[in-house]
Amino acid sequence: MSVGATAPAAEGEAAPRSPLRALFIRELRIGRRIGGGGSLGVVFFLMLVVLTPFAVGPDLALLGRIAPSMLWIAALLATLLGLDRLFQSDHDDGSLDLLLMSKAPLELIVLVKCLAHWLVTGLPLVAAAPFFGLMLAMPAGQLWSVALSLMIGTPALTLIGAIGAALTVSLRRGGLLLPVLILPFCAPALIFGVAAAAAGAAVSPAPAAPPFLILAAISLLALVGAPIAAAAALRQMSE
Amino acid sequence: MRNYANPTNFLAAARVATPILATLTGALLGVGLYLAWFVAPADYQQGETVRIMYLHVPAAWLSMFIYVTMTFAALGSLVWRHPLADAAQKAAAPLGAGFTFLCLVTGSLWGKPMWGAWWVWDARLTSVLVLFLIYLALVALWRTIEDPGKAARAAAIFTLVGAVNIPIIKFSVDWWNTLHQPASVFRLGGPAIAGSMLWPLLVMALAFTLLFLTLHIMAIRNEILRRRLRRLSIQTADADRSEFSAPASLGTAR
Repeated sequence: MSVGATAPAAEGEAAPRSPLRALFIRELRIGRRIGGGGSLGVVFFLMLVVLTPFAVGPDLALLGRIAPSMLWIAALLATLLGLDRLFQSDHDDGSLDLLLMSKAPLELIVLVKCLAHWLVTGLPLVAAAPFFGLMLAMPAGQLWSVALSLMIGTPALTLIGAIGAALTVSLRRGGLLLPVLILPFCAPALIFGVAAAAAGAAVSPAPAAPPFLILAAISLLALVGAPIAAAAALRQMSE
Repeated sequence: MRNYANPTNFLAAARVATPILATLTGALLGVGLYLAWFVAPADYQQGETVRIMYLHVPAAWLSMFIYVTMTFAALGSLVWRHPLADAAQKAAAPLGAGFTFLCLVTGSLWGKPMWGAWWVWDARLTSVLVLFLIYLALVALWRTIEDPGKAARAAAIFTLVGAVNIPIIKFSVDWWNTLHQPASVFRLGGPAIAGSMLWPLLVMALAFTLLFLTLHIMAIRNEILRRRLRRLSIQTADADRSEFSAPASLGTAR
């Protein structure tokens, strides 16, 4: 199988592995080994959180109130950070051509790559968010709602980002273009993510469920739509 | 119709149509502005500021109409790979950004006396701002990708993805409880606006549409000519090179 060929055959399994599974394992390995993987994203996340009190002052009441928004913006930017690598490195070393020639549907390949990318870069952010929320003087009841909202919402950010990453895959100077392309589309996830995160607060009059449900709907929509758009973009851009 | 899909025929038709359309646009804009400023009555609540509506509302309609036009052109680019569809897409993006900007600025100028704020973050205003950002991103995408065919297909995919925003803008005033008023012209049960205000508004809307059409056709013409220039310069460069290398490598010179 052409897809699995690039992954080192360390497992030595008897049965031939399915190409998507092989790709998933390869992506996880690359994500973990190259460029610091998820830990770098968490460090960046931490730095944004640390910069917040510098910018708005050490007033704990104010920090606690804006903490959900700050955490979401920081998570959005941290997600953005690693997105250019999603397809670009594969394009540079030629393995993207192998993926395009593979018998497995390109949409599923994109989905698998996004899933692995989210596990390496998105999940650590979700795990770190409650601790960073403590530093921003968030009420204890809200820590869980922030982590849960990020858990539901960050896959949408990665998937939407994949469209931008696919569109800019062959560009040498596409550095700023990727965020400019995808940030407008991240707005709905941000709006309902922050609403869901803030819904856990005792002062908030709104019920908690609706923003969570809408956020989940956005993620599901991205789960279906984004791989199709990103795969179409990859096909068009790598001709 | 199919005849005009040929770029050469389009150029010939555009050469005839542009002055006619431009004259018509100028005349209608003159009539519309005269109606809006001198004939239409002042609103009993809003006073003279209501006249901003005659610029704001047509600009808002156009900002969405242009995006829909661009979406159809994007389908033409992706499905038929038609160069004219590419040119139509590329020409529409800056125009759309311009009309959306006009809509946002006039809305802001209208909002200050009426709502007491230049800008509020309500659903309609925010979704139109996102439309403006999408237009700007499209312009950036067009400028970044060098190969025109590739740029057209990338822009087409991005345009189709961005089309989800159009129904959000249209229905934002119904779905959310916004400061911005709901639709009062295109609605069930007829327009909820006095005839003395509706007519100037419709004339202005038609004038804006014709203005877009004129500018769009002119920009498509420029784009087709720009592509031909590009092709000619590549051919010339090729010819120069093969002239230099002809004695050495006859086999490789085309």
